[in-house]
Amino acid sequence: MNNNLIQYIYGIADNSLILGQRLGELCGHGPSLETDIALTNISLDLFGQVRSYYQYAAKIQGNDTTEDTIAFLRKEREYKNVLLVEQPNADFAYSITRQFLFDMFHIELLNELQNSKDETLAAIAKKSIKEVSYHVRFSSDWMRRLGDGTEESNQRVQTAVNDLWVFTDELFHQTDADKAMVSEGIGVDVTQLKQSYYHKVSAILEEATIEVPKIEYFQKGGKQGIHSEYMGYILNEMQYMQRTYPNMNW
Amino acid sequence: MKNWPLWEVFIRSKNGLEHRHCGSLHASDATMALENARDVYTRRMEGVSIWVVPSSQITASNPELNGETFEPAMDKAYRHPTFYELPDELKHM
Repeated sequence: MNNNLIQYIYGIADNSLILGQRLGELCGHGPSLETDIALTNISLDLFGQVRSYYQYAAKIQGNDTTEDTIAFLRKEREYKNVLLVEQPNADFAYSITRQFLFDMFHIELLNELQNSKDETLAAIAKKSIKEVSYHVRFSSDWMRRLGDGTEESNQRVQTAVNDLWVFTDELFHQTDADKAMVSEGIGVDVTQLKQSYYHKVSAILEEATIEVPKIEYFQKGGKQGIHSEYMGYILNEMQYMQRTYPNMNW
Repeated sequence: MKNWPLWEVFIRSKNGLEHRHCGSLHASDATMALENARDVYTRRMEGVSIWVVPSSQITASNPELNGETFEPAMDKAYRHPTFYELPDELKHM
């Protein structure tokens, strides 16, 4: 059993799981019927991708591990998502900004993951890329609309960008498992994506008349399993059914 | 958002068929209307092409005038092409 590979898969898939869960919270609470459906569509896209990753991780682990035990029965420290995706839906601008900052990374990651020596990961990446291309279009479009919209929408997006910017650097950190997978030609060297990411993100922020924050200190920890205070609440809600009614099925 | 104009959505379900009206939605402009239509009306693979039209651009017949508009056609069966035999190969007629 390749533990590094499993950890690597968690590192990718947990981002989509937690972000999908955050977006799912908006079901029935979106600012309009149309955006409500759009955001939950994205959530379902992400869950679909997560299932492929977890099914693969479960197959590698064997025993009684299933996609459901991976999704619902791990402890907080065992989730390897970045801090960015845990951040709450403070308002629509936050949800869109969080999505945008993640999508711009996600698309670059999947682009590279298509070339992985691991055929399953390459296939999942290839399949997911169409969905994520749409996510990028949706979120960057909304960044421009809100940023270059009214005084209030501009100010709300600027606040969201200022607040969430501290979580962007972590996207490009490597864990030991990441490094091991990169050296085997399976993982993506995320450090190589950083420059292009900030370049593309800044270009869209500029179109959106949003100022790019200039900060030196960045938050990190999620990739090591050290999460923000929000994570416990997210897991509490997400895991409730499986923990209350073990082995329940739909 | 409640001030967003209304758009009518037309979806072509597959190539060769015409676009059909499938509903309406709110959006601030045409681009957003297309994206919203994609999310609201094509989630289950309903379409290969989308048209959106501002509802305000549609001129509708007056339902109060339905009598004089439509009823005169009711008793003119000879206008229906039902006296022809259609070949079996002909689809979508």
